Amino acid sequence: MIKKLLPSIGKYKLQAILSPVTIIFEVLLEVSLPLLMGNIIDIGVKNKDLNYIIVTGFTMIGMALLSLIFGASSGYFAAIASSGFAKNLRERMFAKIQSFSFANVDKFSTGSLVMRVTQDVTNTQNAFQMMMRMLVRAPIMFVTATIMAVTINAKLSLIFLAVLPLLVLAIVLIASKAFPLFQKMMKANDSMNTTVQEGLIAIRVVKSFVRGDFENEKFKKSADDVRKATINAEKLLVTNMPMMQLAMYICMIMVFWFGAKMIVIGDMETGQLLSFISYISQILMSLMMVSMVFVMLVLSKASASRIVEVLDEKIDLTDDNADPTLQVTDGSVEFNNVSFSYYKDKNNLTLRDATLKINSGETVGIIGGTGSSKTTLVQLIPRLYDVLDGEVKVGGRGVKEYKMKTLRDAVAMVLQKNVLFSGTIKENLKWGNEDATDDEITEACKKAQAHNFIMSFPDGYETNLGQGGVNVSGGQKQRLCIARALIKKPKIIIFDDSTSAVDVATDAKIRSELKKNMIGMTIIIIAQRISSVYDADRIIVIDDGRINAIGTHEELLAGNEIYKEVYLSQQSAQQKGDK
Amino acid sequence: MNRPGPRLGGPGGPHMAVGPKPKNAKRTFFRLISYMGKYKTYFIFVIIGMILSAAAGVTANYFIKPLINDYIAPMIGQQNPDYLPLIKQLLIMATIFLIGVAATYLSNRLAINISAGVLYKIRTDMYEKMQKLPIKFFDTRTHGEIMSRYTNDANSLSQMISMSIPQLISSLLSVVGVFGLMLYLSWALTLIVIGMLGLYFLVLKFVGGQSAKYFRMQQKDLGSVNGYLEEMIEGQKVVKVFSYEDKVLNEFTKRNNELFGAASKANTFANILMPIMGNLSYLHYAITAAVGAILTINGQLDVGTVGAFLQSTRQFSQPLTQISTQINSVLMALAGAERIFEVMDAEPENDDGVVTLVNINIAEDGSISECNERTGIWAWKYPHSNGSITYTRLQGHVVFENITFGYDENKTVLKNVSLYAKTGQKIAFVGSTGAGKTTITNLINRFYDVPDGKIRYDGININKIKKADLRRSLAMVLQDTHLFTGTVKDNIRYGKLDATDEDIVEAAKIANADTFIRHLSNGYDTVLSGDGSNLSQGQRQLLSIARAAVADPPVLILDEATSSVDTRTELLIEKGMDKLMEGRTVFVIAHRLSTVRNSDAIMVLESGEIIERGNHEDLISQQGKYYQLYTGMFELD
Repeated sequence: MIKKLLPSIGKYKLQAILSPVTIIFEVLLEVSLPLLMGNIIDIGVKNKDLNYIIVTGFTMIGMALLSLIFGASSGYFAAIASSGFAKNLRERMFAKIQSFSFANVDKFSTGSLVMRVTQDVTNTQNAFQMMMRMLVRAPIMFVTATIMAVTINAKLSLIFLAVLPLLVLAIVLIASKAFPLFQKMMKANDSMNTTVQEGLIAIRVVKSFVRGDFENEKFKKSADDVRKATINAEKLLVTNMPMMQLAMYICMIMVFWFGAKMIVIGDMETGQLLSFISYISQILMSLMMVSMVFVMLVLSKASASRIVEVLDEKIDLTDDNADPTLQVTDGSVEFNNVSFSYYKDKNNLTLRDATLKINSGETVGIIGGTGSSKTTLVQLIPRLYDVLDGEVKVGGRGVKEYKMKTLRDAVAMVLQKNVLFSGTIKENLKWGNEDATDDEITEACKKAQAHNFIMSFPDGYETNLGQGGVNVSGGQKQRLCIARALIKKPKIIIFDDSTSAVDVATDAKIRSELKKNMIGMTIIIIAQRISSVYDADRIIVIDDGRINAIGTHEELLAGNEIYKEVYLSQQSAQQKGDK
Repeated sequence: MNRPGPRLGGPGGPHMAVGPKPKNAKRTFFRLISYMGKYKTYFIFVIIGMILSAAAGVTANYFIKPLINDYIAPMIGQQNPDYLPLIKQLLIMATIFLIGVAATYLSNRLAINISAGVLYKIRTDMYEKMQKLPIKFFDTRTHGEIMSRYTNDANSLSQMISMSIPQLISSLLSVVGVFGLMLYLSWALTLIVIGMLGLYFLVLKFVGGQSAKYFRMQQKDLGSVNGYLEEMIEGQKVVKVFSYEDKVLNEFTKRNNELFGAASKANTFANILMPIMGNLSYLHYAITAAVGAILTINGQLDVGTVGAFLQSTRQFSQPLTQISTQINSVLMALAGAERIFEVMDAEPENDDGVVTLVNINIAEDGSISECNERTGIWAWKYPHSNGSITYTRLQGHVVFENITFGYDENKTVLKNVSLYAKTGQKIAFVGSTGAGKTTITNLINRFYDVPDGKIRYDGININKIKKADLRRSLAMVLQDTHLFTGTVKDNIRYGKLDATDEDIVEAAKIANADTFIRHLSNGYDTVLSGDGSNLSQGQRQLLSIARAAVADPPVLILDEATSSVDTRTELLIEKGMDKLMEGRTVFVIAHRLSTVRNSDAIMVLESGEIIERGNHEDLISQQGKYYQLYTGMFELD
């Protein structure tokens, strides 16, 4: 896992190395200070050597300042390295997510991906920073402080031997027991958040069914789960600190007792005893740090593995074997015995055995019930998903032979779920073609019947849409999306029920504009309304994942039951209106 | 765009909330204390434990002096030293230490219970309160904003109670205790301490201030990265269809770099605080050692005192650093607490209704008697001020009288709307977005209130009806369907909690959802998650229709209930719906005119006014707006 994450340090390698290196110097200085302090007392004071005291004093001050500089620079380097690490990690993840197919995204869900790129990266960043600063500092401090203590008095140092193993054992035990409990706590937290989120989104449902009490009970239960899980997990962790203190105090008492005896017989100086006690606290502090880092690493392990999951996700759509020079020559589309399943499961097919041929420049309508897989069918054309069986061809070549960008530049798709982004109308339209001139944009908008309403806004094409395009109505949004696709000047354009909020007349106008001006462009229209497709060259009727019939409006009306039924359901209303 | 609806967290939604400064820190603080309820005694113990623990720490330093001066030094050079006093002294020390350790453990352990308990109480109280808030509260805030009160704000609050405040107290005690000890040990050396104190404060103020500033900046940048991520992952299909991956990545990199700038500075200042303070304390240590040694040579001090003093200097800067960082987090937590209290203080839905909905039996002579079992016949129970009670049979007769309404005072959405819906009638509303269709339904179920007497339900002023009972008599199927984590069955059962499995299947059949449910991997027991993300929009709408069907209400409100269902399926549902609508008053809002054409009355709304009304044939023959809409001469947005 670490191997996967470390490359993200990237160009911050220098800082990542300098941080622990400078910390070594800080630790060495910090460790020598108590020794000098002991000397002041044992040599300076004892011999009443004022000169020695002043010199040592200044040496200590110099060392403290030096140590300050090293310590602060280490902190600085660690900050740069860890923030840089996080930056690179986020970028790597985002780039990876960009290359995800929909199947990949569906697996994670938007919310979870956002969490991974923000929260989980921050956790990992903190753990990394902690590692740089503590993982070197603690062992070095431990070793040097131990050496110092041994140098001062080897016999007295034996006390550590008695206390340390017990302490280490206890820390390891606590941390390893705490880990699963913390995982449980996080799970409980997640499910509580889901409860709140759902209750919020569906507040109108809750209120209109008068389910406030029901929701309260549901929430109370999950909040109580969190409470219990938190107490269980943290209960263990809080034993850490008192245990540390206990070890510290035991050492001190023992040092005083044995040290006093040594001083009395003249084996040790008073100043040495004081330095020795300083070293005890340094040694135990370093152990404490190790245990803290350990706990933190264990806790961030979950975050790190969620990140690695994203980085390791196998992209199920790649164009590595495509020919980069291959261009889409015309707008013909061909399906040969195509089967498709969202679950990649032959027993759970969404689309079965579809075969059809659409000529370049043809206008084709697709009609079918909810869930009959109309959308599924057209999504295979720009290769948003890969087929399970059979082959899809565009311009006479298999879609897998093209680079994805080439293919998708030639195939425009206006989606059922229209998405506009925060920014101005123009910025959104330019998604179709970044270099489009104002004239080209206006022209496309006129064809999409969007120009007039855009100009009715005080800011015209510079109108700000807000996140998700909230400042325009459903019908306006659909027409903007159509214009955006037209600006691309594609060879094939697919409308996936994308005029449902546009009235019949405007819908017809858009179609006639396209027919008139976009000669040679293949137009595929999925619609609920017969009126949107009846004048198409051919109409495909899809039912329950199968192509039921292909033909003109007249042919289908004469010979296809489903089409007739849909037509009549809409026509009866029309006729009533004509009376 | 005057139609209120749920908004999702925009860029930085959850993060913008992290503003570090509380408006009235003192009042919020005391309110919090009062909130601790049964944990108050716990809290006193925590503080006592902290005091004992800090005292043990200070004592440990102090003991160095008598130990060296009175117990060790006199024995140096003695032939048969008497160790007994030393042993006694060490035993006393050990006892004090043990008390200290026990106190630390106790207070830490109790603190967990307090924080988890208080957090639980705050969260559940807030949730309960939230259920009572009017729809307006939710319409005027993003989900992210409200969510962050349950997560960020509540968490920092519990951190404050369990960690910051106790640590602040113990650090304060340590500083005061250590300072007192120093003063007691040597006033001369304490002078150095006072000089150093000034230096410490300068460092804390500067570094701490910078760190807080950049942390705020980092939060803001994180919000921007977060918002962009959300938008782009949500719109991934469009990104792919337009092969926009590279450009999106560029924009992300730009925002990401800004975040890096703020984060690296924020972390730098946070990181350097400790080494600076720690090493300044060594500086302090060195000066003290030198001066102390000189004073000892001059005979003004003794080695034991200097030893104890030196140990104390090391323990002086650390609690100071603690105090500075903890004060910051307390302020942040208080700001969070204020946001939580804002929810708790928000005006709840006023409900002064007295009329309730009860089950009744109708005797053969037509007299009505109330009963507890479900008879399927309902009546409004109206207790009059003179003590008498009248029962009015629930019929679903709704009358609007000259209603003028706006969400904002200066912006009217409905103008002079009057309408009469008789029992069993199907009333439809058509008109463009913002014409006020949804607003009418918002008023019927009192999501928003109108003045007395303007809306009457079975002849009763609806403001007199208890909201819960009013809403129980209506079922809504909304345009945006929302499902809960749980099985399909659970989701349908939401309409009527005591519905049997047979009821549920029956309701699903009416909504024409039975077929697709049976095709799901586990049929009615299939678990839905993420707002039913594994279902298509149309399937979700069918489920929410089934949910309304199982509720079996006298009045149905269908707000674009079939907008994502194709016309053929709609036709199939319609058969079920016709059955469902039989004998019920139904309000239908629809975009698709085919949905409304068999209504008893169709209201055409334009900018808040009913401009045409009548049945389909009437309106067509009037050749007005409806006719234009119907024949496609006009456009619906």
